[in-house]
Amino acid sequence: MLNYVIKRVGIAIPTMLILIILSFLLMHAAPGGPFTSDRPLPAQVLANIEAKYGLDQPLWRQMINYVWGVVTQFDFGPSFKYKDRTVNEIIAQGFPITLKYGFLSFIFAIGVGIPLGAIAAIRQNTWIDYLAVGVSIGAQVLPNFVMAPLLVIVFTLWLGWLPGGGWGGGSWEYLIMPVIALSTSYMASIARITRSSMLEVLNTNYIRTAKAKGLPTKTILLRHALKPSLLPVISYLGPAFVGLITGSVVIDIYFSTGGMGYFFVNSAMNRDYSVMMGITILVGFLTIMFSLVIDLLYAWVDPKIRY
Amino acid sequence: MKKELQMRYFAKSLAGGVLLAATLASTTVLAAGTHPTTGEALADDQTFTYSMLDEHSSIDPQIVEDVSGSELVRDLFEGLMNQDADGNLVPGVATGFTTNEAKDVYTFTLRKDARWSDGKRVTAGDFVYAWRRLADPATASPYSWFADIMSLEGVGDVMSGDADPSTLGVSAIDNHTLEVRLTASLPYFALMTTHASTFPSPQWAIEEHGDDWTKVGNIVSNGAYVLTEHIPNERSVRERNTAYWDNDATILDKVVALIINDENTDLTRYLAGELDKGTVPSGQYLRLKAEYPNQATSFPRLCTYYYSFNVSESGQEALKDIRVRQALSYAVDRSVITDKILQAGQTQAFTFTPGATAGFDVPEVDFGVMTQAERNAKAKELLADAGYGADNPLSIDLLYNTSESHKKIAIAISQMWKETLGVTATLANIEWKTFLQVRGKQDFDVARGGWCGDYNEASTFLDLLTTKSGYNDGKYSNAEVDALMAEAKTLSDTKANYTRVEEILATEMPVIPIYHYAGVFMLKENLKGWPYGNVEQNWYSRNLYKIAD
Repeated sequence: MLNYVIKRVGIAIPTMLILIILSFLLMHAAPGGPFTSDRPLPAQVLANIEAKYGLDQPLWRQMINYVWGVVTQFDFGPSFKYKDRTVNEIIAQGFPITLKYGFLSFIFAIGVGIPLGAIAAIRQNTWIDYLAVGVSIGAQVLPNFVMAPLLVIVFTLWLGWLPGGGWGGGSWEYLIMPVIALSTSYMASIARITRSSMLEVLNTNYIRTAKAKGLPTKTILLRHALKPSLLPVISYLGPAFVGLITGSVVIDIYFSTGGMGYFFVNSAMNRDYSVMMGITILVGFLTIMFSLVIDLLYAWVDPKIRY
Repeated sequence: MKKELQMRYFAKSLAGGVLLAATLASTTVLAAGTHPTTGEALADDQTFTYSMLDEHSSIDPQIVEDVSGSELVRDLFEGLMNQDADGNLVPGVATGFTTNEAKDVYTFTLRKDARWSDGKRVTAGDFVYAWRRLADPATASPYSWFADIMSLEGVGDVMSGDADPSTLGVSAIDNHTLEVRLTASLPYFALMTTHASTFPSPQWAIEEHGDDWTKVGNIVSNGAYVLTEHIPNERSVRERNTAYWDNDATILDKVVALIINDENTDLTRYLAGELDKGTVPSGQYLRLKAEYPNQATSFPRLCTYYYSFNVSESGQEALKDIRVRQALSYAVDRSVITDKILQAGQTQAFTFTPGATAGFDVPEVDFGVMTQAERNAKAKELLADAGYGADNPLSIDLLYNTSESHKKIAIAISQMWKETLGVTATLANIEWKTFLQVRGKQDFDVARGGWCGDYNEASTFLDLLTTKSGYNDGKYSNAEVDALMAEAKTLSDTKANYTRVEEILATEMPVIPIYHYAGVFMLKENLKGWPYGNVEQNWYSRNLYKIAD
């Protein structure tokens, strides 16, 4: 097991380096730059600015300097767009926000999705099943960019119960709508995956054996059926978790949370190279880390899997 | 509302017993809560909350480059001169200025009671420091070109690093006298000191905190407000600066700017009462005006929406023919764009400079006074003369940056060209930064453009079409236009020159002026003092106030 973890971490390092180099090159290949504007800067001014940010150096040197700064000092550089902030500060400010609403959405999505799917499978072809499937399909077809403004219209404009946006230090009234809007489609996917996987498990021989042995239904379901049926759910949860905690541009835009998703997309539009790189590296790192966690979870869930 | 108030006070007086005495008493009570000039009863809560579409780029006066950042800077800092509600020049830190006959040396007298938020006096040295900092290549200010157009003595050498910033033509004669030496005669120089990049900056705070000096807790400012909270991409809060010299006249206690990236969410939050000033999403002005006639607002802005023709080497041969350019411009029915597509108070454009610009009368250019039917007939004739028609059809590419509104306009105009002239336009939309690069390299036939004046004077528009302008995307060049614009810089009455330039543009048609922008937003009825008359929309929170409901 330990060998496996060390091997995976060993692979992660070159993977991250390839990610950094590719992103760096792709980003610089995009037309325009951070200081391209509809009011083109006079050559002298542009030269002064490029010199300040080191953009006057050849690309390979810029890349080496960048990677060196990241590796040795964990310094992602200054933002080209928000001139009084560094990338580290932007991430330090935006990531906790995204992490909070993302993590809550994750809890909500699995907390509702797994039981919903499981109940639907257990009570297959009853009204409970139809209702659960109906709810999850309904949630799936309502994307967050439709859900978010709908929630705001109902809970802010009509009922006046919740603030229409902002973060308010992350207090609960600011969290409800972002969490619901972000988690519903994940919740729906989890419910559907759980249901189909559970149905499959319930039809296996060992469950039939368990039933024949006269085990109580509760034990069969919780001890023998649920755990194996979660395997496909877990493969889904890894990337879903990273997606949730690294932010959603839709949530950030509709609810003005100040989260990282908006910075990610906006930095690409603004050619804010350093912010884009910083967030790409963070998302890449989390993705690699969580796929390792998921792989380790497999071994726990399914004794057949050994590393 | 007023009537109700009067009734309330009337009842109050009766309850007091002696009518006269009680009325007098209530007037005294009111005095604390009334506007000093208008006498309106003021609301208890003087907090103004408004929205910004995007996070400001900076609040460092010498670094800031975006409109929303400049709005904050105008509240946090104060320059030599300010603008009033109509855009006129009024004293700021300077009580006034004198200039020589050549208008190339300006002497500003600074008020003695101006202070920084940490209690230090604002001196001429603070301006000298700030202006040197603006031009200094080490600052790498994206707005250092402003120092260049201010024509400060020695600015070119300082910007290129060939001379020390201390050689710049600005010096402190004493603590309260600032002398500025220019290399050109600029009659409108004082107007430029209302621009954020010319505001003073606190050397001691910048030296102590470096790039972090604009953060809450570090920032020292000399305006009517100080920054008390900043959560990037969520909100920034500024509160009354008690050290400000005119603090007694400031009414709003607190100004909150919320970042709302989506204009529909913005409107919803405005309607839910979270904002005092909100956005009108495109295409919704008419509906909102009908529903909230006293809140939906539209007024002229100093901006022009236009299409440029590429007349450079790389451009299509047909577009170098004046008749073709005229035909394409004449065939655009501008009323369809303003009245059917935009519907928010925008006006049709037949000149490049908006009529709202100070010291500029819109000249009666020929095609501006024709009816659209006449223009269409003339357009057909011109195109036929140029040799294009059914047997030799003209096809052009029309380039614009991705946006729903630009798309609607491009579709409408290409349709007008098709129907009236039989010209086929291929529409191409590209993402903003790519668009800028493509347009800047003259890789187009016709491209969208939009321009807002940097200051309220026609040259901020017309300079764009001079040969040496860096913003002249179509590379139009006319020696007479260049000469007229150069001469205008030295004249006290520039009207004749600007009129002549517009006439030349109307004939040679290097661009198709389409419409002049309108400022549109929602504003709560109890928020007063908004400077609608200031076409540049340079607003100062200290001139705003909230009246009691």
